[in-house]
Amino acid sequence: MTMRRLINLKRAEARRIYLTYAIVIAAYIICQVMSSTKFLSSSMRGMLVPICAYMVMAVSLNLVVGILGELSLGHAGFMSVGAFSGVATAILLQGFIPFAPVRLAIAMIVAAVFAAFAGFVIGIPVLRLKGDYLAIVTLAFGEIIKSILNNFYLGVDSQGLHFSMLSDTTRLLPGGKLIIRGPMGISGIQKIATFPAGFILLMIALMIVFNLVNSRSGRAFMAIRDDRIAAESIGLDITKYKMMAFVMSAALAGSAGALFAMNYSTIVANKFDFNTSILILVFVVLGGQGNMLGGIIAAAVLTILPEKLRSFSEYRMLLYAIVLIVMMLATNNAEIKEFLSRLNPFRHKEEA
Amino acid sequence: MKKVLVCSLLVLAMSASAFGAAFKIGGTGPLTGGAAIYGIAAMRGAQIAAEEINALGGDVQFDLRYEDDTHDAEKAVNAYNALKDWGMQVSLGSVTSKPCEATAAENFADRIFALTPSASSAAVTEGKDNVFQMCFVDPNQGTASAQYIGEKGYAKKVAVIWKNDDVYSKGVRDTFVESAGKFGLEIVSETAFADGNDTDFSVQLTDAKDKGAELVFLPMYYQPASLILAQAQAMGYAPKWFGIDGMDGILTMEGFDKSLAEGVMLLTPFNADAKDEKTVKFVTEYQKRFGEIPNQFAADGYDCVYAYCQALTQAKATPDMDAETLCPKMIEQFTTMTFNGLTGENVKWSKNGEVTKDPKGMVIKNGAYVGLD
Repeated sequence: MTMRRLINLKRAEARRIYLTYAIVIAAYIICQVMSSTKFLSSSMRGMLVPICAYMVMAVSLNLVVGILGELSLGHAGFMSVGAFSGVATAILLQGFIPFAPVRLAIAMIVAAVFAAFAGFVIGIPVLRLKGDYLAIVTLAFGEIIKSILNNFYLGVDSQGLHFSMLSDTTRLLPGGKLIIRGPMGISGIQKIATFPAGFILLMIALMIVFNLVNSRSGRAFMAIRDDRIAAESIGLDITKYKMMAFVMSAALAGSAGALFAMNYSTIVANKFDFNTSILILVFVVLGGQGNMLGGIIAAAVLTILPEKLRSFSEYRMLLYAIVLIVMMLATNNAEIKEFLSRLNPFRHKEEA
Repeated sequence: MKKVLVCSLLVLAMSASAFGAAFKIGGTGPLTGGAAIYGIAAMRGAQIAAEEINALGGDVQFDLRYEDDTHDAEKAVNAYNALKDWGMQVSLGSVTSKPCEATAAENFADRIFALTPSASSAAVTEGKDNVFQMCFVDPNQGTASAQYIGEKGYAKKVAVIWKNDDVYSKGVRDTFVESAGKFGLEIVSETAFADGNDTDFSVQLTDAKDKGAELVFLPMYYQPASLILAQAQAMGYAPKWFGIDGMDGILTMEGFDKSLAEGVMLLTPFNADAKDEKTVKFVTEYQKRFGEIPNQFAADGYDCVYAYCQALTQAKATPDMDAETLCPKMIEQFTTMTFNGLTGENVKWSKNGEVTKDPKGMVIKNGAYVGLD
């Protein structure tokens, strides 16, 4: 009896994962067809890439918040590390790799590496803490990253790369180019981020997270989340597993940041402030902690919503807030949940 | 709130009145949030101009629409795309610099001509043949300020307080510091602040005071400037103050004690106290509708629409032309024509979209802007 239930549970889990993939792929195909047949408005087409980036952010934060059970309020910080390192890489490679998709892929990988490194460095002090303390310290680190990038100058000339902090003392040779200009961020970015690239990144992120969650380490994450003391007592290395989830999450956020930044011609560190971190957390909470598909859908809905409310002009943000509150209440209401689960075709099989 | 209501009603009324053949002209700007004063002013200025032109009933009629971008590049691109869906033929770019850099790239890619009222960073027009500015480019403001202070002999020892995470502030500060020596100014104190620590300026002010600065240059927007003025008064420091066009708007800020700004000088291309017919007419109309004195952004918005009117008339453009057809015609007109507006006479544009006109020095006296010369 117990065995059978376990097997069934596993099947339900697998079904949930395949359903997530299927919905993401179907949504991609529909959007792509609509976009190429000009059926999609410019407004929607312009939002495809940022939505993909936000979806990856939601998946990435869900790993920390939903699976590991730790609240991170500085996730936009990793996004900005990825955005700046990725864009700088893409600009440096401009002369060497003319084929944009390859350049984008390399930039996103570099962004992931830089963000993972930032995640590791920040993780060392942060992961010693738990609960509210951890949340507050991640918030602080998010702001620190923003301040550093606001005061960071990076230039390139025939002698190589030059860095400086606070003010521009790079003293570039003639013909040199200042890439990151402190508070002015990066200007003149080639827009090489594409919707297919965003889709591929989202699929990769989902595969990584699902595989991680259903591996031995993933079980350890959840054990730590559910009962830290019990997990420690059976010999799990808490810090190691926490670090693993945190670094992986930071890496995904980094590549999402690179994708996001390369969809605009300009990027500033102030974009990735506390508000952005909270926005991503809202995606995760609204979608359901630990629920990847929910987070993805929430990211799409909450990005499109303010644009669809444009006709209400000044009352737009007020309406947005009201809709958000209603959605939060509705998704947590037991009766509505019950109603929704009745619509789920797999429900009966699970109970059987 | 009432103002907002009146304002949205006006927009509605306007789009309703502009039926039939009119040029669809659209812009983005911060209509909500911290920078809203600029976006709303530019939008109102443009509205007045569009209505005046429509009332004349000439060949060129305008259907104007502004979308909110909350001073954010991502939202600005969204707003731009919404305008594109609406069928925008010529664009007013964005009101603030960084969002405009993002929308200007879209303008360039889509071949929709843009004339921004007030986005002043150099990167807005850089490398784009169809993006033009109505305001000075940031670096010019720094040089012009240094020149003005130096040549008029207002001070020798100067302090600079700037915002080091702001494009606009940094752009002006860089060229000011660079050219200060050339005009006999000595920079004795240079201090910065950033978002998040922009409420307490005692460190910066004490530094300026201790080093004997006679004049403090404030290349920033008006909110931090208002705090600096208040805190300087509290600590008994009374140097000369010199601001740039971002300081414009300080007098209409809610809850600001106007006496603090007494004697503040600023360099701005528009002077609401000027006695010429055009300015008087605009200021009276603006005051009648919105109950406040228009700032430079409003005048820039107003001028943009009139410049479009002139260019479209001279190019013999008709509203049935699409954006791509209008674009080369507008580039041709703007690089050759001379425009007389509120923000300057004999305004000309260079091939790279930058404007040439004379800046006007102003000083705040009895709670109003008065020309310095």
